[in-house]
Amino acid sequence: MTRLLGYQVRNVLRSRWLAAYALFFLLVTDALLRFGGDDGKVLLGLGNVTLLVVPLVGLVFGTTALYEARPFTELLLAQPVGRGQLFAALYGGLALPTAAAYVLGAGLPFALHGVPSGHGASLLVLLGAGALLTGVFVALAFLVALRTDDRARGLGAAVGLWLALALLYDGGVLLLLAVFGDHALERPLLAAMLANPVDLARVLLLLRFDGAALLGYTGAVFARFFGGPGALVAAALLLAWVAVPAAFGARAFRRKDF
Amino acid sequence: MLEISGLTKSFGRLPVLRGVDLTVGRGRVTAVLGPNGAGKSTLIKAVLGLTRPDAGTIRLGGVPIAGPGAAGHAHRARIGYMPQLAAFPAHLTGAELIAMLRDLRGAPAAGDDPLVEALALAPHLGKPLGTLSGGTRQKVNAVLALLFRPDLLILDEPTAGLDPVSSGVLKDRVLAERAAGCTVVVTSHVLSEVEELADDVAFLVDGRVRYAGPVEALLRETRQTRLERAVAQLMRGAPAPAAEAAA
Amino acid sequence: MRAEPLVAALLLAAAGGAQAPATIVVSPDGAAPGAVRTLGTAVRRARAGDRVVVRAGTYREPTVVVDRPLTIVGEGRPTLDGEARRELLHVTASGVTVRGLRFANLGRSYSEDRAALRVTAAGGCVIADNDFDDTFYGVYLADVDGCRVEGNRFAGRASSEAASGNGIHLWSSRGVTVAGNRVAGHRDGIYLEFARDCRVERNASEGNLRYGLHFMYSDSSRYVGNVFRRNGAGVAVMYTRAVEVRGNRFEDGRGPAAYGLLLKEIGDPVVTGNVFARNTVGLMVDGATRLVAARNRFAANGWAVQLQANAQDARFLANDFAGNSFDVATNARDAAATFAGNYFDAYRGYDLDRDGRGDVPHRPVRLFALLAARHEPAVVLQRSFFVGLLDASERLLPTLTPDAVVDARPAMRPVAARAPSPAP
Repeated sequence: MTRLLGYQVRNVLRSRWLAAYALFFLLVTDALLRFGGDDGKVLLGLGNVTLLVVPLVGLVFGTTALYEARPFTELLLAQPVGRGQLFAALYGGLALPTAAAYVLGAGLPFALHGVPSGHGASLLVLLGAGALLTGVFVALAFLVALRTDDRARGLGAAVGLWLALALLYDGGVLLLLAVFGDHALERPLLAAMLANPVDLARVLLLLRFDGAALLGYTGAVFARFFGGPGALVAAALLLAWVAVPAAFGARAFRRKDF
Repeated sequence: MLEISGLTKSFGRLPVLRGVDLTVGRGRVTAVLGPNGAGKSTLIKAVLGLTRPDAGTIRLGGVPIAGPGAAGHAHRARIGYMPQLAAFPAHLTGAELIAMLRDLRGAPAAGDDPLVEALALAPHLGKPLGTLSGGTRQKVNAVLALLFRPDLLILDEPTAGLDPVSSGVLKDRVLAERAAGCTVVVTSHVLSEVEELADDVAFLVDGRVRYAGPVEALLRETRQTRLERAVAQLMRGAPAPAAEAAA
Repeated sequence: MRAEPLVAALLLAAAGGAQAPATIVVSPDGAAPGAVRTLGTAVRRARAGDRVVVRAGTYREPTVVVDRPLTIVGEGRPTLDGEARRELLHVTASGVTVRGLRFANLGRSYSEDRAALRVTAAGGCVIADNDFDDTFYGVYLADVDGCRVEGNRFAGRASSEAASGNGIHLWSSRGVTVAGNRVAGHRDGIYLEFARDCRVERNASEGNLRYGLHFMYSDSSRYVGNVFRRNGAGVAVMYTRAVEVRGNRFEDGRGPAAYGLLLKEIGDPVVTGNVFARNTVGLMVDGATRLVAARNRFAANGWAVQLQANAQDARFLANDFAGNSFDVATNARDAAATFAGNYFDAYRGYDLDRDGRGDVPHRPVRLFALLAARHEPAVVLQRSFFVGLLDASERLLPTLTPDAVVDARPAMRPVAARAPSPAP
């Protein structure tokens, strides 16, 4: 399987869109470092771009790649290789280079300009969250593409998923908060944040940059969560967000009629 | 060599195979024919393991490979498959692709297949596959199918997109493989090609085998001299001649 | 400084009696010629103005009452051990100096304010360069005038507020200087109540359960150059007039009731040149009149400034706001304060005339801050796409934001550190 993964990775690494993706983050980060003002703001700006762009790219790359690889996948399926292994190679072969392109593109300018003092750990958290988000959304993309044979519909569903999770979700939460503001909303709100991978990544950043504010709220649930294992829980759930869709994708892949 | 019995498959509510029984003889070339939507490609995909049948069994050399009791994927090392569409990772080279399949099959790095030279493919193997013409990619496709000296060779429209010279080279090679004991299943719309290659014909209509048997028997029973005419007669819905199962 | 003439006067008075000042040596084995074994014996033998030298060792003896002007000096840092049940030194005379001792092991008390070193109704004492380890209350000054508490180290082991004392405790005193001490692990690091004309300078107060510095009814006092860090509730200044808070660092006060600096019912406070960093609330203004806050730097706080509606005539001049979750929050739309020439990293205006001041006003109270004040859990939506949208729509429609808090011409670049703090 690792050999198959190696060929997949090699194929993806040579593609132009991956270079363009890395270049995009390289330019954004470089621009932020040059014009973005002081230390923390650069990382926060990069964080905002990451939370929007990484899920979208993961979904679009993921669905497109799987649709394009379909005929070749059929050839591979006719070889003496297990479907589980093949799925792992396809998934890893896309998710790993894409995550690496993000980390490299977003990280390299810091290596050149220097990491803002005192923000090294925050940078690592941000790059880690971006890499994990890549894993999440490539897995979701594969799931969508495996469930939808029609390419246009699959791409539409992927973009819809992005709209829902990256843009509209928090608006809905905010709306509910305004409507049901008189009730104890701590627990449902926290649950809502933990249920969306984009929010999970954002919470990881919040804990770095707004930890002081998060601890200001008097509610016990928040204090326990954000004052205690919040970062660990969020990171673990983000990992689960990689593992669960990937597992469902693998299951769909094993059962699929090509 | 290949025994298919009672094979059914539906996609949603649409039945595609309605109980296919077919035996493909060892060392023979069998052409699977039939109108569009008859179930040809589903049948082939079922043999390859790309599609899971709803019922029925497929045996390869007596070993179940689909249906009850089928297990694993080791038997696929005995199968060579040339899909209709030669679509490969655009940024790998032909040489890398061949190496990849060698890795997958755990096959020893035997010397280059003579087909590479016969098809004049060598100068193209170092280029990314995405930059090759469709015809060249189809040559790579053919090499991949034959590279591992399979016991069972499945060719889906093998000469589509090949120039006449290459097409001839490929057909010669297929016949040579047959002579060496390889079993071949081929689908094609080019009936002259089928006539040239095939020992047996399996004719599918609406998910069932309408005719299966030696080409000569079909010609004899339909009182035709050309396969094209005989097939036309089968398609017109003439009562199926009593199929003499191929030995 | 002001204690020394007093000491000199007392020494003179003592010398006028008969002999020149003598030195009495205390050592655990009483070995040196004329040495005694306990500090209590030495003090009872000493005459006003004498010097008591305590040699290295551990001393366990009843509470020593110092009722005459003496200079008590430790050599090799001798330890006075309270054996978890008693106070160690009780100074009742003026002109006493205590230097170089280690006070240890007072135990806990829920009923009394047990203190390692208590000074009652005395003047001109000097308490310098001592160690206080696990001493419940460290130094307790009551009805004291003109003392210096300087360069001491206080390491408490407070675990709950009910069973803990303060590091340096001043009550009903005046003219006291508390300088260069390090206080950690107490309930309040430094506590002042009814203390007038005091100075608290260059101390470091960290990791105390409640306040790093807590003072009430302590008019006309100055707090300069201190560091307050990781204290449970930060620093509280309450019910006081004319206090000056200058050049301090207020850091890492985190929690639902934690402030870098809490100003409560304060008249005419001056807060300049301080740094407020990483606090849940940097500066909380609750019922202050005529606050002047200038050239402070607010960085990476949850809320840099919280202004309650009962704050009157507060003025914020040339402060820096950077990296805070919320720069300014109010509990009412009509809260009023003057902001002028501050730097906000959230400012999106421009400076066409290049005079260093933005050409469009900045409203530091975000609509989202109001929302978060009303529905507290909303804080977790900070930095989400939708909240960004909210911020953007605010810039397009400034009427959404409370108008009372506005900086008409904010600074384009950080300004707090650019000029020295205003002269004291």
